[in-house]
Parts: sequence; structure tokens; C-alpha cells
Amino acid sequence: MDSKMAFYIVKRLLLALLTVFLIITITFFVMKAIPGGPFLSEKAPSPAVTAMLEAKYGLDKPIMEQYVTYLKGVVTLDFGPSIKQRGREVMDLITEGFKVSAKLGGSAAALAIVIGLVLGSLAAVFHNKWVDKLIMVTSTASVAMPSFVIATLLLYFFCIRFQLLPANGQTAAGLILPIIALSLYPMSYITRLTRSSMLDVLGQDYIRTANAKGVSPSRVLFKHALKNAVTPVITYAGPMIAYILTGSLVVERIFAVPGLGKYFVSSIINRDYPMVMGTTIFLACLMVIMTLVSDILYKVFDPRVDLS
Amino acid sequence: MSEITTVRPEGITPNLLEVKNLKQYFNIPTGFLKSKPLKAVDDVSFEIRDGEILGLVGESGCGKTTVGRSILRLYEPTAGEVWFDNEKIESKQSIANMRRKAQMVFQDPYSSLDPRMTVADIIGEPLDVHKLYANKAERMERIRELMNVVGLSSEHATRYAHEFSGGQRQRIGIARALAVQPKFVVCDEPVSALDVSIQAQIINMFEDLQKQLSLTYLFIAHDLLVVKHISTRIAVMYLGKLIEIGPADELYHKPIHPYTISLLSAVPVPDPNYARSHHRILLEGDVPSPLNMPSGCPFRTRCPRATAKCAEVMPELKEVAPGRKVACHNI
Repeated sequence: MDSKMAFYIVKRLLLALLTVFLIITITFFVMKAIPGGPFLSEKAPSPAVTAMLEAKYGLDKPIMEQYVTYLKGVVTLDFGPSIKQRGREVMDLITEGFKVSAKLGGSAAALAIVIGLVLGSLAAVFHNKWVDKLIMVTSTASVAMPSFVIATLLLYFFCIRFQLLPANGQTAAGLILPIIALSLYPMSYITRLTRSSMLDVLGQDYIRTANAKGVSPSRVLFKHALKNAVTPVITYAGPMIAYILTGSLVVERIFAVPGLGKYFVSSIINRDYPMVMGTTIFLACLMVIMTLVSDILYKVFDPRVDLS
Repeated sequence: MSEITTVRPEGITPNLLEVKNLKQYFNIPTGFLKSKPLKAVDDVSFEIRDGEILGLVGESGCGKTTVGRSILRLYEPTAGEVWFDNEKIESKQSIANMRRKAQMVFQDPYSSLDPRMTVADIIGEPLDVHKLYANKAERMERIRELMNVVGLSSEHATRYAHEFSGGQRQRIGIARALAVQPKFVVCDEPVSALDVSIQAQIINMFEDLQKQLSLTYLFIAHDLLVVKHISTRIAVMYLGKLIEIGPADELYHKPIHPYTISLLSAVPVPDPNYARSHHRILLEGDVPSPLNMPSGCPFRTRCPRATAKCAEVMPELKEVAPGRKVACHNI
């Protein structure tokens, strides 16, 4: 059993490497195919300067040579220097931003999962009662509201109207609002997932069996029902955590959180090639790992799942 | 009906279970903010004596499963009383006491076992709930014992339910029901989901267990031959009402209620000469919707003997011969 599990994990990791390699290749060539370049702007430098700069970053070489050079770098975990942020290594920028984003995203993900599961279970247990209706209306509303609207509303009420919390996301207290803004969507989504899957499970025969055994209602709920109902939440939570950890462009901008999110878009606009590649590879790795983790969690929660 | 003579067993053995005027209605929404009661069980009374097997038959949807579940308080009955072991089942304490002595074997062995639990945990959970062991070793010992009783190898205790066949899964369900050493077991169509070749094995096991452990059963089924084979007495239900009850052999060979007669005529007989000489009584029309019950006797819409009185008054379940009760105006 355990050796089977180890074999499965190794197999998945090898497949993951292949996935990441394909992502690197596709991103690299598509990125190069986008017209424009890092040194084109309104105040374009002279052709001589541009040629020098291109030589410095190796952009003058044939594209296949650039590709091979880049792959060599990736193997040694060297993603090269950033073109736009002079003198900074891509790797350092990502680590720095990720530390902040992970703290924010990790808290938001944990909050979303815990509260989502609790609210979803409550809604299912009190199906069609006012508790259920209240939870459903609120969660539907927050799923429908874009995060910048939520962030703006939070800013308005908590920072301006009542002056309770700082608007700047660089302190610990300042992280509270971005965490809420970031977690509201996944929280509501998980609430809805848990509710529907819990409703399904609570109607199952084995729940009646548990009741007939004389099992207490709370034990029926947590031991029998929640354990069976959690599968769709795991499916959703894996990729959700990967996304949320790598930072949200909108929320980080609004609250001035120095996280990873801002690099994603700015590096594409700036044609900061090494930065685009770095962030893409990073997100791909994180995504692949989280998917693997959620697949393994399936097995833990559902013994019927056959890995392989 | 004077040709039916039998010694009344009443008074010889005490009643283990008494059901008095049990009603179980479910509210079915019929529109926005509107609902209608579905009378799944309507005013049913019977008793089960200690050590007997009462077979409960009727076509699907007649409320026989609901009777079993209401007795064990898996539903909150709308009205009526259930007395078990001389205790009225009402308070939380009395329900908890009953769960220790009355258990249920469910119809579907596939869906009634928690897929996330090992066999040992499925069988062991009732022991945990009612604290029936002193230590872990004793718990495991008890689980092994139960698995052996139902003919499962105790080596398989760490497996999950999905790794077993239907018959084996039903054995797990039976071991689970027996874990608390109950006096009374409701068997809710325990073989109808199983392969025919397995059915006989399981039925025989039910019989053996009943004798060995001196159990009392309420045996719910729609297969009349199975019920006749296993039961001491048989009760027949139609649309939520009990319409006939009596000793198994008598009821089977001399049914009184027109519904029972037609039900029995539908039982296939493995004798072509007999089958040719006895024509089947075919009932006209369908079973009425339980949401829209006919007035008076529920069977009158399909009954060959229905009269005007049947549409007005629901016949009471009256004793027509010793030990035999029938609810019909025209017998």
C-alpha cells in the first residue's frame, strides 16, 4: 500500500516535470512572438544603445540559442536578471514577493476553507430554514461581487467611515482587510460546495444507518457526513490555494501590499522576459504541486479512490 | 370463516412490541408555500410477540418501510404510540434505550454502509456508542466474533465495504445490527437488493440467527414466498393501512381480504398444471396516489367487491377468526 503510494507520487512528480517543461517551452516562444520588446517606449533609446542592451541580455542571439541558454539556467535554478528592475535577480524578486503574498494568501485560504466548511454544513443541517437562506443569500452575493468592489467597500467602511483599520497592507493589522477581501470569494464558493455535497450525503442511507446505531448527531455530522462531503471542496481548494498564494493583482494593488501579484501583469506589459518566465514557472510549479496534494488527499478521505 | 381454527398464541408469550394507531405523514410541497400531507402510514396498530417473526408485505410505496423506520424512531411519528419492551418510546432516554435493544438491517447493502469506514469500524461503532467493551482488545475480539457469526472471515476486518460483494456487504450490515446484542431486529427488505442465488443463503442465516440468539424480527418484504417461508405471522399493507394480519400459513392458504387474495394469486407457482387451472386475479387500474387517497376504504377503487359503503367508511381491522384480523366490510 505504502510502496504503491510512493510509486504513484514519483510517477506524478515525473509527469509534473514534463508539464513544467512544456509550459516553459510554450511560454517562451509565445512571449517572443508578441510584438514589441523591453526597450521600446515613447522615449526609445538610440538604435546603438538598444543593440548594446540586447547584447547584454542575450536578446541578439538566434531564438533557439536563447531558448537553450534559458533552459540551462532553469536547471540550475537561475532565472536571470530582471530587465526592468535593474540589478535585481528574478529569483530574489519572486521570493521576496512570495513571502508577502503567501502570508496574505495562506491566511485567506485557511479562513475561506474553515469558515466555508462550517457555514456550508450549517446551511445543509438547517436546510430550508432561515439560517440556510441567510447563508445562501450572503454567499451568492459575495460570489457575484468582484474583489475590487469588495475591497473598495471594505476600505470605505473600515478605514474611512469608522477608521478602525489601516488602509495600508504593509503592517500586520493592515493585512486584515486584504485577507477578508481575498477570502470572501473562495469562502462563499466553498460554502456553496459544502452545502450541496452535504445535502447529498445527509440523504444517504449510511447516515440513516449511523442514526439507527444510536450515534450522536454531532458525531454523525462530523465523522460520517463531513468526511464524505469534503471531496468536492478538496478538488476546488487545491488550485484555489495555488492561485491565492501567488497573490491577487487587484487586492494587492488596492491595499498596497508588496506581494507577487503586481509582477504578473507589469512584467508582461514591460516585456520583462525573464520576469514573465520566472513568475509563470513559479505559478506552474505551485499549481502542479497543489493538484498532486489534492489528489493524495482524495485517497486519504476516500479509500475507494484508486491512485494510478 | 368458521373453518379456520387455531390456538391463539396470545397470552402465552408477552408482546415485545406494540404499535398503537401509528401515523406517519410527510409534508409534500405542492406549490409555493403550499404543502399536502402524504399519509405514508395511516393509523396502523399491531403487536409483535417475543420470539416471533412478523412478516410485513405490500407492494412498493404502501408504507411498509416507513412503518419499520417509524418504530425505530428514524422518523418522528405524526401520531400514535410505540411500546417496546414495556416502555413507551417517547423521551430521549427511551429512544436511546431502544437503540440498544432494537436494530435495523437495511434494504440496500451498497448505500447503507459508510464508504469511508473499515468493516471493523462499521461493526465497532455501535459498541463505541453504547460503551459495550472494557478495552481495545475486547472490542476487536467482539468484532471478530460478530464477523464469524455472520460468516465473514475476520481477517477482512480492515477492509472497506466497497471491497465486498453484495451478499457479503449485507452480512456486514447484519453483523453491525447484531453488535449491540439486540432483542428485536427490523429487517427492511434485506434480500431484495441481492442476487437470487445469495437470497436463500441470507434468508437461512436470518432464520438460524433468530433461533440461536432468540431474536424477534419485523421482516419487511414484497416477496410473498420469502415472507411465508420465514414468518410466524404475516401482516398485509395497502396504501398506508394495515388490511389483514394473521398466522403465516393460514393467511397464505386462506386469505380473506380481497387485496390479499389478489396479491397471493400473483405469486408464481412452479407447477404448470396448477398454474393453468387457477387463473390470476388481475386488479383493474393503478394504485391511487397516496397524496390523493380515495374516501373510505383505500382499496375500493380496485376492489371487485366494493359497495357504496366502502366509499363512505374505512373498515376497521376486526378479528374475524381467532388470531386473524381483516379490514373489510364485505367478507
